[in-house]
Amino acid sequence: MASTTTDSQAGPQPPGASAPVAGSPPLVLLVGNPNTGKTTLFNRLTGQNARIGNYPGVTVERRSGSSRLDGNRLVEVVDLPGTYSLSARSAEEQIALWAVLGQGQYRAPDLCVFVADASQLSRNLYLALQLAELGLPLLIALNMIDEAGENPPNTAAIERLLGVPCVAISARRGSGISALLAGMERALSDKPTARAKIAYPAELLADADSLVKALPSSLRQGTERDRALALWALTSIEEDDELSEIDPELRRATLALRKASRRDLDHEVIAARYTFIDEHLPELYRRLDRHPRKRQLSERADRIVLHPVWGFALFMLVMLVVFQSLFSWSDPAISLIEDAFSWLRGGLTTLLPAGIFRDFLTQGIVSGLGNVLVFLPQILLLFFFIGLLEDSGYMARVAYLMDRIMKALGLHGRAFVPMLSGFACAVPAILATRTMERQRDRLLTMLVIPLMTCSARLPVYTLIIGALFPPSRAFGFVPVQGLLMVGMYGFATVMTLLSAGVLGRTVVKGRKIPLILELPPYRLPSLRGTLKMMWERATVFLKEAGTVILACTVALWVLLSFPRAPEATPPAPAVAGASARISAGPARPESPIAQSYGGKLGHAIEPALKPLGFDWKIGVGLIGAFAAREVFVATLGLVYGIDADSDDPTPLRDRLRAETRADGKPAYTPLMGLSLLIFFAISCQCMSTLAAVKRETKSYKWPAFMFAYMTTLAYLLSFTVFQVGRLLGF
Amino acid sequence: MLLSEIQTGQAVQVVRITGQSSFRRRLMELGLVPGTRVELVRVAPLGDPVELLVRGASLSIRKAEAGVIEVAHLSASPAEKPLPKTVGLAPDLGV
Repeated sequence: MASTTTDSQAGPQPPGASAPVAGSPPLVLLVGNPNTGKTTLFNRLTGQNARIGNYPGVTVERRSGSSRLDGNRLVEVVDLPGTYSLSARSAEEQIALWAVLGQGQYRAPDLCVFVADASQLSRNLYLALQLAELGLPLLIALNMIDEAGENPPNTAAIERLLGVPCVAISARRGSGISALLAGMERALSDKPTARAKIAYPAELLADADSLVKALPSSLRQGTERDRALALWALTSIEEDDELSEIDPELRRATLALRKASRRDLDHEVIAARYTFIDEHLPELYRRLDRHPRKRQLSERADRIVLHPVWGFALFMLVMLVVFQSLFSWSDPAISLIEDAFSWLRGGLTTLLPAGIFRDFLTQGIVSGLGNVLVFLPQILLLFFFIGLLEDSGYMARVAYLMDRIMKALGLHGRAFVPMLSGFACAVPAILATRTMERQRDRLLTMLVIPLMTCSARLPVYTLIIGALFPPSRAFGFVPVQGLLMVGMYGFATVMTLLSAGVLGRTVVKGRKIPLILELPPYRLPSLRGTLKMMWERATVFLKEAGTVILACTVALWVLLSFPRAPEATPPAPAVAGASARISAGPARPESPIAQSYGGKLGHAIEPALKPLGFDWKIGVGLIGAFAAREVFVATLGLVYGIDADSDDPTPLRDRLRAETRADGKPAYTPLMGLSLLIFFAISCQCMSTLAAVKRETKSYKWPAFMFAYMTTLAYLLSFTVFQVGRLLGF
Repeated sequence: MLLSEIQTGQAVQVVRITGQSSFRRRLMELGLVPGTRVELVRVAPLGDPVELLVRGASLSIRKAEAGVIEVAHLSASPAEKPLPKTVGLAPDLGV
């Protein structure tokens, strides 16, 4: 862990301090537009030793790793989030400027490597000019040179124009990398700084110069850079921006100046830079193409891929494959993990002497580890597909096709794949929200994903529907049980959409930022990059969410096993998430689980559950189901003293049907069944989901909110259904 | 004329951008400065968003937001290179 946070260890440094802190290697930042292959280059440069951390204060991932240059010199490489400009209006966007300047908690870079897409030089140069104006030591890596066709930009001309070295590379194919490493080595000693004579209007320069005085001393250097920072302030600081750590004096002065100028400052700044680019662009090519070759091929493909009929057919096919893989193809691997852990548990049970330590080991620790690892197949599969879809450029098309629908929910088109994955399992789906750029979009998507009908609800639905609803047919031909199952999927989907609409307008309001979606050219996905991403996501999940899941499993084990019944070996209360059918001793007439704290808690909350139609036994089942929804079945089985080893649901089903109240009427009616189904559809019965949200939001606040809103909503809906149903005489 | 009003396949040039300042700034930073050639490539099957070709890149924005971009017919000779920027410095700019 310590090595991922070199930033915070290094602490703030005087601006421009480029001499590496004693002991820490020189810092190289990779800066560039989105979709320019920065991460591919980062992977090339750092190989196996990349680490994922977080930028301080925001949930934006920070990738860092080390790389050896030619002279065996070690450098630290950091992959900055892709951006089109240094100007910012949110704390997320501000990372780019703060990192290149070495402000706040960031260590000042010794070199910025600007990664440009060779076939989109015009727009890429805009950001390069901003870096140039700041006078940062700069090296240009002209990436994807293999896609630039027979008329690539001329690196020598770029060097002449900006006065910094430029190397043509293809990070994907690995060409030009050694030249880049040599260039980095030289640039670390030469510190080449760019020159770019941008013809800003005289009035704008006067404004900028007057604003320089308001810059805090930590930013001021008395050089050209001060003016560039003043221009940054003029195009970033606004009345309602969400920037952090902006000097109040600078803010006040900027706002005053913007107000007083009565001119279009944004336009003056941006147009002047593009004028520079447009004037000099012809020098950089032998001739100027409007459509690079790659774009033409992609355009031809898009005529089919984005076609109203063929496009949607392809889209459905792709989504079907992704969904099917999560839903069914992951099954053999999940069973394998479950079997392995049940074998391990069995082995330990026979090897170790009976007692509390054995139970703690088998039912707490081993079950907990099983509960964590069981998510791996789905996480790996989902990120395999996400990697291929992102890399190939199809993910942007998914967002393009689905944006109209997602917009209605206040969400982004990119929310579609995570939401769809939620039908299989909320945990990988929540991790998949990473593919969205903005924090607000990620948060809103995360908050509603657990409402989708995940596969863990199926065993519960099957039990309740099978036990409490007749296998009859409505209208003579529609099977009631099947109708109910389909109805539950429909109900949950509607609730998800409604919740997204409501939460997006209340809790996670945030500023509505209009969609700007870039459709990158199609590319052959890189298997290496995809495998690397799968590995990264899996390790982050295991390390950060896994510990929470393990702790919760142990806590639940304690809750459902203590105080211990007088008998020597009470049956295990099987909090083993997906491996619920294992463990537990032989059937006993008097179930020890009823005597546990959990059992007592079930009794204690019975008054609150009564209005929903539930008794204390269901209450205990709900507590157990917090490990994972399907554990409800096993826990309820234990309450009834049924051997949880059995895969056969019949005994439990029969017991539920046979359960009677004091007056001899059936305790569990179809109405109560419906109430319970609705409760399970909506409530947050899943510690792993909460652990994943905690990991992704880096806070306890959002998982706590998620638990509260889902549980409250579930309670109110079940309450209404049960009470109204009773009034209607069901 | 507004960018939301042009035909699929039609190419025009940007005159000015109005609307919310941060979105306007972002569009300009993506290269939609006055005088830049923009082509409406297609409209998404569900009617939104619209795909634009700007400076060799394919950008999609929603139709409502394309309504803040005022455009004009390309000048007589649609040269291969973007037009000189004198248009951009005209004083009449919507802020």
